[in-house]
Amino acid sequence: MRVFLRRLGFYLLAAVAAVTLDFFIPRMVPGDPVLTALAQLKGSATPGALAALQAQYGEGTNHAGLWHQYLHFWNMLLHGDLGLSLSLGNTHVTTIIGQHIWWTVILVGLATVISFIVGTLIGTLAAWRRGTWIESLLPLTTFLQAMPYFFFATLLVLLFAVKLNLFPAQGGYDTFSSTVGLNWAFISDALSHAVLPALTIVGASLAGWIIGMRNQVVTVADEDYVLLAEAAGLPRQRVVWYAMRNAILPQISSFALALSFVVGGSLLTEIVFSYPGIGFILLSAVKSLDYSLVQGIFLVITLVVLAANFIADIVYVALDPRTRQEA
Amino acid sequence: MEIVDVSKEQVPPQTPLAAAQHKRRPKLRITKSKKMLAGLVILGFYVVMGVIGPWIAPYDPNALGDLTGPGGTQSPGGHHLLGQTTIGNDIFSQLLAGTRPTIEVAFLSGVIATALAIVIGITAGYMGGFVDEVLSLTANIFLVLPALPLLIAIGAFLGPDRAGSPWVVSLIIAATGWAWGARVMRAQAMSMRNRDFVEAARVSGESTSRIILAEIMPNLSAVIASSFLFTTIYAIGTYVGLGFLNVVSAGPHYNWGTMLFDATSSSAVEAGSWWWYVPPGLAIAVLGMSLALINFGIDEYINPRLRIAKPAKGTKVKVRPQLGFTPVVRKRPVVDASPYAAARSQLEEAQ
Amino acid sequence: MSVAEEPAAPTATAPGEPLGEVLLEIRGLSVDYGLGDEPVHAVDDVDLMIRRGEVVGLAGESGSGKSTLAYAVSRLLRDPGVITAGEAYFYDYPKGSYREGGEGASGAPAGTPKRIDLLTSDKNKIRAVRWTEIAVVFQSALHALNPVLRIGRLIDDVLKTHEKQMSRAERRARAEELLDIVGISPDRLSSYPHELSGGMRQRVMIAVAIALRPSLLIMDEPTTALDVVIQREILEELMDLRERLGFSILFITHDLSLLIEIADTIAVMYAGKLVEQAPAKSLFHSPRHPYTYGLTTSFPSLHGEKRVMTGIEGSPPDLRHVPSGCPFHPRCAWAMEECTTKVPPALELHDIGGSRQVLCWLQDGAHEVPAELNATPPAAGTDEARPSMRVHGTPVRAHGSAEEGGAP
Repeated sequence: MRVFLRRLGFYLLAAVAAVTLDFFIPRMVPGDPVLTALAQLKGSATPGALAALQAQYGEGTNHAGLWHQYLHFWNMLLHGDLGLSLSLGNTHVTTIIGQHIWWTVILVGLATVISFIVGTLIGTLAAWRRGTWIESLLPLTTFLQAMPYFFFATLLVLLFAVKLNLFPAQGGYDTFSSTVGLNWAFISDALSHAVLPALTIVGASLAGWIIGMRNQVVTVADEDYVLLAEAAGLPRQRVVWYAMRNAILPQISSFALALSFVVGGSLLTEIVFSYPGIGFILLSAVKSLDYSLVQGIFLVITLVVLAANFIADIVYVALDPRTRQEA
Repeated sequence: MEIVDVSKEQVPPQTPLAAAQHKRRPKLRITKSKKMLAGLVILGFYVVMGVIGPWIAPYDPNALGDLTGPGGTQSPGGHHLLGQTTIGNDIFSQLLAGTRPTIEVAFLSGVIATALAIVIGITAGYMGGFVDEVLSLTANIFLVLPALPLLIAIGAFLGPDRAGSPWVVSLIIAATGWAWGARVMRAQAMSMRNRDFVEAARVSGESTSRIILAEIMPNLSAVIASSFLFTTIYAIGTYVGLGFLNVVSAGPHYNWGTMLFDATSSSAVEAGSWWWYVPPGLAIAVLGMSLALINFGIDEYINPRLRIAKPAKGTKVKVRPQLGFTPVVRKRPVVDASPYAAARSQLEEAQ
Repeated sequence: MSVAEEPAAPTATAPGEPLGEVLLEIRGLSVDYGLGDEPVHAVDDVDLMIRRGEVVGLAGESGSGKSTLAYAVSRLLRDPGVITAGEAYFYDYPKGSYREGGEGASGAPAGTPKRIDLLTSDKNKIRAVRWTEIAVVFQSALHALNPVLRIGRLIDDVLKTHEKQMSRAERRARAEELLDIVGISPDRLSSYPHELSGGMRQRVMIAVAIALRPSLLIMDEPTTALDVVIQREILEELMDLRERLGFSILFITHDLSLLIEIADTIAVMYAGKLVEQAPAKSLFHSPRHPYTYGLTTSFPSLHGEKRVMTGIEGSPPDLRHVPSGCPFHPRCAWAMEECTTKVPPALELHDIGGSRQVLCWLQDGAHEVPAELNATPPAAGTDEARPSMRVHGTPVRAHGSAEEGGAP
């Protein structure tokens, strides 16, 4: 329990850091881009929206001190308010993110779980069957890993969408024939649209899991407890399990780093596929200088990633009895 | 197969079997590791291209022109080796021009992030206590924050031109990329803190900074190199990613990510203009792979067990190592001189 | 390597000798590390035999090949270890056929064993004999116990694999019984290894090792990592257990003084070769090999006569560049011309302490043996050499223990 609370405390602290960072980004940048943007918007934005923005960034009539602005920022945040998006018709940033975040969470979540499981299994196999053909796959996976997500995505589009016409290349669902909701037609349509983006994420992140697990199993196989399992005549699967059960621990603890990569890559993947997730919205927000939307998206992605890391930490504690004692 | 130096096992170390088969750590000879050699050759080629690329580029990468491919298309051929974009830029020139900023940013971010990692990681690991707590906490927070969204947010506020300066983009990439290396180095420095030679230096009154610089750092060279390469790979991916998002612009030069963005947004895939998106993508992948290969070499140097099993030199027998079943390769025939040979052969063999 | 044209050494090996109580037979075993151009000959042409109920001590410095030998014969030696020559047989006697300790035990019929060729049998056959007949106790229990598995789970895994007829409850009961045997409270079954003390962990290892009542325990420096008091406690319990359960032990250690207290036979290794093998007391009191002599003078004797501690000069050789001839000759005070060129033959000597084997030119009958290497061994049967341990039970020997002869 103490371990749990300590990890929770760490992630709360990280969340506070993220919020603070989010607050300071527009204020650290020299030349006050927000002011410029506000000036450009004066003609098009409604007076109410403009005032809200000015309040958010501490500009215009409401020249408050930095500390006051910071508190105001927290106050807005705790009321679930991330400000107004100017590029998308003065809607609330939270509303826009709420519409798109699930596409990303489900896509990235599923792809990451698949990639982790498949990569861990292949990595174990590659380590256990050293000197066989599986090991010769390793350089190939390195090549895949070195490929940027968006280039890999482009190649998949070329092969599976343009040449073979198996899966749709654009969008999250067919906007003409499907109605969004929990009906089979929509779900199957969404799934077929998700295949290529998911394949991109799996393909690009698989190599990391394979190589990581392979190296861990190779290292763990040198431990006496694995040899003991062999010495005790335990069946092969059981011996491999002894090694895997230990080798998987560093895999889980490297999850944080991997997730950061995957999330970044996924944002780019969404853009290639015009997938209606958060990455796609982020791109349009950047293009239209919609600062509050950019900030909001950063914050929400960060909080989701922190939550995922927290879950990974809890899994780790559950899998390693030694961490439970240290508390 | 690694040769074992059994004579080196003087003190019974912690794992008896690992010790009995203690592997000699080989000198890091570049020519010995094919992976590392291949990686270095490829990387060298990129560096050369980075230096001379913009000069030998046949066209200004931003210059528009008529489509001169066969039948007035963008296809490669004629004046344009790798064809043209829809608006007539020379793709080959863009590719060459894009090498320099990529190499620059990769190198700069690598240096800055590694320096940060060294300073923060080794300080935390060596000092321990409260300093360690604070620095580790900071590193861990940076580690869990997703970097790319943060970079995009920063880049968006800076605007593509300011964010595109190699120094600026390197700084912000390094700011998000140092934490991993710091964590690795902290662990290493902690294990080194209590070694005899560090202890001796401390007792003899050397200053902390001198101990860190002269005693600890040289022993971490492999880890530092590995961390540098890791950051470099990360920086390349991030830089082209930001280029792809148009968050950074390479100014007069070109960014491979921007090339891919142009290709994607102009439906180059659907149009079959492979010469537009394949060259930059391959350029990134091969560069990344060359660094990964070098990193593999370093990893295998740090941990020789990771080497891919190969049949030993000078033998025709192929032995596949398998845990729990030591191979038997009899070099001379069995001459059974046992007094029990006769009695033994009478026995039934066990099932 | 035993020389083909062996000189007129006294050997008593008539072909077709009955097996008697032989449990493990190793003939001419050689083990290399690496198969390439420069292999390390870690074990070179070693003969070793373990009889039922016997405690055989395998002594030697680090790098002498003692652990390599033990792991190779159980086929557990890791890559890049390769067995390059020799044979190894395990004799699987019917369970319960061995009775030790009681009167007239040595005369009882052995029961016909089954033969297992440890080097050529397929994996399934070897897996079947593992732990049911040959169990291993590793040096460091901390590393040998899976850190993420409860103790009970490991015992359960072992029982489930080999005793398929046992129910869950029976396995649980057996696991509790095993912990009780080694003096640990049964509720420790749900503990993880890191929650136990070093001594408890090693006890757990022993409990796991005897779970299937094996006939041979290979123990690789099982107590080196423990402090002296616990070490002694565990050894005493081990010897009690051995008496009750009647298993043989191959005990590997660099600590010769320890072996003198617990072993029936001691084999000494140097640079991959087995240089001397003799009944424990004979070996200690009347070493025949200069290296053994050096070892016996390297530590103070706790009981028995006072000795001058001299030790051995120099250090063991690099196994990639083993000296020619007898590998010990650069450090040997009595080295002769032929020692530098010719590998000594394995000589079998018989004296009042029992038969012994020695690898030294000095003992071939053609040379004058230095007085240090010619002490009179204590007669077999006197027990005063191991007074401190509560260990009795004379080992069973199949053949002649009081033959005279051998070296002058």
